[in-house]
Amino acid sequence: MTFQGFRRADGLAGTRNLVLVIPSVGCSQGAARAIARGRKDAVYLPNILGCGQVGDDQVLVKKTLAGFGENPNVFSVLVVGNGCETLNPEGLGEEIARSGKRTEVIVIQKDGGVRKTVALGRKIVGEMLADAAKLNREPIPLSELILGTECGGSDYTSGLASNPAVGVASDMLIAEGGTVILSETPELIGAEHLLARRARTPEIARKVLDAVAWWEKKAIEGGQNIREVNPSPGNMEGGITTLEEKSLGCIHKAGTTTLEEFVPAAMRPTSKGLVYMDTPAHDIEQLTCMVAGGAQIVVFTTGRGTPPGSPIAPVIKITGNRDTFLCMRDSMDVDVSGVVQGRQTVRDAGKRIFDEIVAVASGKVTKAERLGQRDFCIFKVNMNI
Amino acid sequence: MAGRIKAIVIHEKDTVAVALEALSAGSEVTVACGEALPQRIKLVSSIPMGHKFALKDHEKGTPVIKYGEPIGTSTSAIAKGEHVHVHNVAGKKEGGAHA
Repeated sequence: MTFQGFRRADGLAGTRNLVLVIPSVGCSQGAARAIARGRKDAVYLPNILGCGQVGDDQVLVKKTLAGFGENPNVFSVLVVGNGCETLNPEGLGEEIARSGKRTEVIVIQKDGGVRKTVALGRKIVGEMLADAAKLNREPIPLSELILGTECGGSDYTSGLASNPAVGVASDMLIAEGGTVILSETPELIGAEHLLARRARTPEIARKVLDAVAWWEKKAIEGGQNIREVNPSPGNMEGGITTLEEKSLGCIHKAGTTTLEEFVPAAMRPTSKGLVYMDTPAHDIEQLTCMVAGGAQIVVFTTGRGTPPGSPIAPVIKITGNRDTFLCMRDSMDVDVSGVVQGRQTVRDAGKRIFDEIVAVASGKVTKAERLGQRDFCIFKVNMNI
Repeated sequence: MAGRIKAIVIHEKDTVAVALEALSAGSEVTVACGEALPQRIKLVSSIPMGHKFALKDHEKGTPVIKYGEPIGTSTSAIAKGEHVHVHNVAGKKEGGAHA
């Protein structure tokens, strides 16, 4: 099967055709915002990092910003630097330019201050938008999609309806040769041995177990033993018996296939099929990591209702809670409450979600896009200095 | 499909179903999953909404399957149609990383 997408110079394919303005440091965020303001199909990243990070965090910040630039949903990129930041804007631009797309770098301290830099940036973005408008959608095999999966604001309907239904859709996309990213390691605790058992190789299994151990250790250092407090008395009252069951309710959204690869946060998968990405469970950091890793589309299940979207990738909101769907109609894309009400099977709900993925990949606008939800938060481990 | 579905089986391999409403002991419930033929289960206990009941007899010490994966092991024999919860199932408490 195919979707209608945009073919890029590096051979990848996008579901959107955006011009992206990336401030390489928080100091140039204001200029970047002014450059993108009022320009349909031009977006900026509200990045506040790029200076003051140490060690691995420097790598994570650069990898995340570069990953957004390289994502095939982006047609062209303008990097806006300040000039004295630790994340070198030219180096960031060079990394993104390797994808073959037009990438320009402007720097406030070299280009005559904020006003002149904004004027220069708006001229460049205007050219990029004019070129982007000449490109048309064409049929692209679904095997070229990387689907990010996420859940947030969960309630009892998440484990019963929306996550299993998304699991059916994930299996369907993988059957088409596509890629599905499962992530949020803290939510894996209790079911990690079950996911590890599905790994293609012992090395992949070991990486999953090590990632869980790392997050568990970090949480305990912060004063929280996740395993001891789960499932909570409220969970048990609701029918959850074991921690395995609770965690499976979350990870089942990635379906039932073999785990083909493990990638660190914000890293692009090289395998097709099911891929595990080691990210936080923080909704916007997780979303940012998956899109930086090349996801061109995301499915996001919720019980209570959560509005976030990505600056460059469509995020499809799915709920199994009818009240949430009605209350937050402006944020919810797909209602699978029929499963909980006994009117729809999980399989039928999954097929409905799969159809929505294909439609949105082909240009159907999501509720989060309509609301202008362009949420962005880079995951890092240490404090800024 | 005749009438409302009163219980869900999430995966074809599952040995338990989840009640979508409070169900009483002695009542019969039709459950179906995927391409498998629907089966009728006579409940031997009352099942609160969101709780699980067994789709088959479990001997003591056998895996209880939901989402197609073991969610724990039976700590006593569980009859088909019986309530499945903390009184007759235990999970694996320690981390997989340390196993």
